Amino acid sequence: MNDIQDILNAMIREAVSPQTAAVAIAVIGLNIHFGYTGLLNIGQSAFMLLGAYGFAVTIKEGQPMVLGIIVGLLLAFVFALVLGVPTLKLRGDYLAIVTISAAEILRYVGRLAKLEDFTGAAQGIPGSQYREPFTSLSFFGNGTFSFWGWGPDLQSTGVNGWWVRFIAWILVAVCTYLVYLLVRSPWGRLLRGIREDEDAIRSLGKNVFAIKMQALIIGGMFGALGGMVYILPASMQPDAMGRSLTFFCWTALLLGGAATVFGPVLGTILFFAVRIFVQGVSDAVVPNSVMNTAQTAQFAWICVGVALMLLVIFRPQGILGDKRELRFNV
Amino acid sequence: MSEQMTVGTPSPLADPAARVALMSGVDPTPGSAKPDPILEVDHITRNFGGMTAVHVDHLEVQRGIITSLIGPNGAGKTTFFNLITGFDKPSSAKTGASWSFEGRKLDKTSASSVALAGMVRTFQLTKALNRMTVMDNMMLGARDQRGENLVTCMFRGTWGKQERVVEEQAKELLARFKLLEKRDDYAGSLSGGQRKLLEMARALMSRPTMIMLDEPMAGVNPALTQSLLGHIQSLRDEGMTVLFVEHDMHVVRHISDWVVVMAEGRIVAEGSADTVMSNPAVIDAYLGAHHDTDLGDDALLSDEALEKMSEEVAAEDAEREGEPA
Repeated sequence: MNDIQDILNAMIREAVSPQTAAVAIAVIGLNIHFGYTGLLNIGQSAFMLLGAYGFAVTIKEGQPMVLGIIVGLLLAFVFALVLGVPTLKLRGDYLAIVTISAAEILRYVGRLAKLEDFTGAAQGIPGSQYREPFTSLSFFGNGTFSFWGWGPDLQSTGVNGWWVRFIAWILVAVCTYLVYLLVRSPWGRLLRGIREDEDAIRSLGKNVFAIKMQALIIGGMFGALGGMVYILPASMQPDAMGRSLTFFCWTALLLGGAATVFGPVLGTILFFAVRIFVQGVSDAVVPNSVMNTAQTAQFAWICVGVALMLLVIFRPQGILGDKRELRFNV
Repeated sequence: MSEQMTVGTPSPLADPAARVALMSGVDPTPGSAKPDPILEVDHITRNFGGMTAVHVDHLEVQRGIITSLIGPNGAGKTTFFNLITGFDKPSSAKTGASWSFEGRKLDKTSASSVALAGMVRTFQLTKALNRMTVMDNMMLGARDQRGENLVTCMFRGTWGKQERVVEEQAKELLARFKLLEKRDDYAGSLSGGQRKLLEMARALMSRPTMIMLDEPMAGVNPALTQSLLGHIQSLRDEGMTVLFVEHDMHVVRHISDWVVVMAEGRIVAEGSADTVMSNPAVIDAYLGAHHDTDLGDDALLSDEALEKMSEEVAAEDAEREGEPA
């Protein structure tokens, strides 16, 4: 009984953690890229990395937090332009190749020992060097509280406190609403049209390149925002935002349902919570002599991979997707 | 968007006699001058490797009539369409290729700007936007939508009113093409013929001055072909210029006011449907000697024909026997 309670607690903690919210924001951006516009961006982690670096380095150098946010978003804007100008006129595959390699290049540049004073190289930047202006805004007060009198005692502020969670999830809500506003409009219709057939849209007198560029930039800026939230409760480490994070984003997007407004949020929450569930259950059920804790963590990741395969085969539209849409995907 | 485009205002060329009178003065030779050309093309070539797909020295398309472009498979008709609508770049871009639409140079214009200039095309392989509803397909066709701007699209107040106007326009066109009851279905669920209709209706949403149809009748059943033909003719009667590619000679003869024949990338003949179809070069290159004969006609296998054939066979046999072994 105690085990079940523990697993549930761990799941809830993971589901509402600021990192989950941060990934959700990045997935919302990826949804604009892939779900609505059909852009194959396999480097969403690069946008997150740029947002995080822009934010952390600016504040570390003694600038105000607002400037840090602006720098982060601006870096994502420029990155989208640099990637988009040569590739958006070509077939979709080229964007995929360029984004995945650019993401790796950026991560390695961030790790360069020569840049240690600036980016902190492979060790990154400790949270204490940039978190202060954010936590000082908190109006939650100090101490702990419990969630409606249930569950463990929770920290109000601090590294992983509820202040970060509160802001992170408000940002998720705001981003979701923004996407809702965007995709219900004729602009959103244009995005879906481009996803279906670029040439048809071109033949109707629309500037396809400009619209794709707008989508790439907007989605990338969501990614950058996600990156900033991602490092708030932890530290700025380039390796935390590598290929695997990009693929988590993709899994969460496909799980929730691409081209749906709430799919990215639901998908991200489920993705992280289910993994904890699998790990918790196998920890409790499987004796230590068969699988120790380190191995159950890996086992949980394997389960996530298998689940993704099953999902793509049996429910390719995701949880919230419309099956009818898929039938006509030729 | 000119006034003559409005539905229901007949153009002076709606009268068949007026069209015949207009085109009778035109010299039926390749590249001949037209009284009022809407599209003029000069020195346009396109090579794929060593093969020349298109090599057109000069072509004028008359305003306000239906011109059909015919020719054997691989003659370069679709490539020619792609070139003048900006979907492909001519190989002769630097050596004097030029074409103009309503006096406006188009040789350095992108595909989308060509459409905005008023020359809208459809595709041989239909490009219906499958995972969108028929209505959304139509609404995409409307031009100058304020809601397609990234900033203003966030505020419904800026585009809501225009959206309703566009929707009414789309409904009107859908009703005309008998697709109104399908408006909430996904375009992917339509039949091939309905997609052709949808694509044509969508192209008309932008109120073009000239519409270019690439095999609009391919794969469409006879009844629907009839109604498509009716639509095309009524567009012409409202003042639109139509240029279309078609293989069915009955269709071409039925609705064309002027016919242009392409073969091996060149314009080989021009003229009224009857002139062109009696042109030996056209018969040779495209139509074939029996183009007027129904292939399913038993007349070909009449006693007389069979008798003649057996005589020929006997004669050949006799000849062969006469030869030394």
